[in-house]
Amino acid sequence: MNLRKIGDHDIERMVSILLRIGVMVAGAVVLAGGIFYLLHHGGEVANHRTFHGQPAIDRIATKIFAGALALRARSIIQFGVLLLIATPILRVALALAGFALERDRTYTIVTLIVLCVLLGSLIAGVIQA
Amino acid sequence: MTAAEFTPIVFGAAVLGGFVGSLTGLGGGVIITPVLALFLGVDMRYAMGASLISVIATSSGAAAAYVRDGYSSIRIGMFLEVATTLGAVCGAYLSAHVSTRWLAVVFGVMLLQAAWQASHRPKEAAQPQAVDPLAARFKMGGSYPTEGGERRYTVRRVKTGFGLMFGAGAVSGLLGIGSGSLKVIALDQAMRIPFKVSTATSNFMIGVTAAASASLYLSRGYVDPSIVMPVMLGVLAGSMAGARLLPRLGVPLLRKAFAVVVGLIAIQMIVSGIRGAI
Repeated sequence: MNLRKIGDHDIERMVSILLRIGVMVAGAVVLAGGIFYLLHHGGEVANHRTFHGQPAIDRIATKIFAGALALRARSIIQFGVLLLIATPILRVALALAGFALERDRTYTIVTLIVLCVLLGSLIAGVIQA
Repeated sequence: MTAAEFTPIVFGAAVLGGFVGSLTGLGGGVIITPVLALFLGVDMRYAMGASLISVIATSSGAAAAYVRDGYSSIRIGMFLEVATTLGAVCGAYLSAHVSTRWLAVVFGVMLLQAAWQASHRPKEAAQPQAVDPLAARFKMGGSYPTEGGERRYTVRRVKTGFGLMFGAGAVSGLLGIGSGSLKVIALDQAMRIPFKVSTATSNFMIGVTAAASASLYLSRGYVDPSIVMPVMLGVLAGSMAGARLLPRLGVPLLRKAFAVVVGLIAIQMIVSGIRGAI
C-alpha cells in the first residue's frame, strides 16, 4: 500500500478488521475460561445477591495476566475481558496513526485527546485498584 | 443455586436480552441489567459490570459491519468521542457514590425513554440549509451509499450535539449501558445526520465510550468473571441472531410488542428502586 495515498476508507477497512478480530479473540478466550471454570467450580454455590467486589487477582491487570498464565479459570475470563476493553482503545490508536499518515493535523489532535482520556481512565483504574 | 445451574440460566437470559435488544434497536446490554437484577437476584453493580462488558462486544461486532459498508463517519465519531469518553469517566466516578436504589430508578427512567423512542421513530428531518461553521472546520460532512448512488450530507448544531454527547457518555458510565438511544438523539435530532449514518456512527462510538468506564468498573470489582462469561457470550450470540433475522422479521408490530415488554420491565425497575427492593 502506498502510505502517502492512505485515505479514510483504508483506515475504515483496517478498523473493521481489527474490531472483528478483537471481539472474536476475546470471545474465544472468555469461552475457554468459562468452560474451564465450570469444569472445576461448577459445583460451587453461586450467590451474587450481595456486593463484595472482587479480590485483587480479578481486578488488577498485571495480576490477571499472571493468573491467566497459571491457567486459573477466573483469570482467563478476566483476561478475555481485558482483551475486549483493549479492542476499542487499539481502534482509536489505529485511527490516530491513520490521521497522522494523512497529515490531518486537526484530527490527529482530536484522536490524541480521545486516546489520552482512555489511557487516563486505564491508569486511574490501576491507581484505584 | 450452583455455578453449573446459574451459568446456563444467565446465558439463556442474555441470549434473549441480546436478541430483543437488537430487534428493538435498544442494544443488547440495556435489557440484561434489569433481568439480572430483578429476576435473578444479582446485585445491581455486578449486573452493570457484566452489561458494560457485553456492550463493548456487541458494539464492536456490529460496528465492524457498518464501517465496512461505509455508513459510519469516523470523523464525526471521533470528534464526539471526546465528549462521550469524558462523560463516561465522570459517570463512572459518580456511580460509585449513588446508592443502588437510585441507580435502579435512573435506570428505569432511561429504559422507559429508550423503549418509547424505539417504538416511535420520528420522521427523518430535512437536510439543513445552512452549514455549521464548526462542522466545516472539522470536516464533518460526508456521503453514504444509497440505492441511487452516494448521497452527500452536512452537519449542523455541532455544539449542541457535543453537549448532548457528554450527557450520553455520563449516563453510559453511570449505568453501565451503551446509551445508544441518547447518542442517536444527538446525531439525528440535534445534528441532523441521516438515520443510517447516525445509527452506524452511534454504534461505532458505543464501544469506545464503554471502554472509558470499563477499566474503572473492573478495578472497582464490578466485573465478576462468573457473571460476565455467560452474559457477554449470550448477549453476543443473541444480538448476532437478531441482526441476522432483522431484515426478514422487520415487522413494526413485533418491535412495538417488545418495546411494551421492555417498558413494563422499566417500570418494575423504578418501583423496585423506590421500594428499596434492589
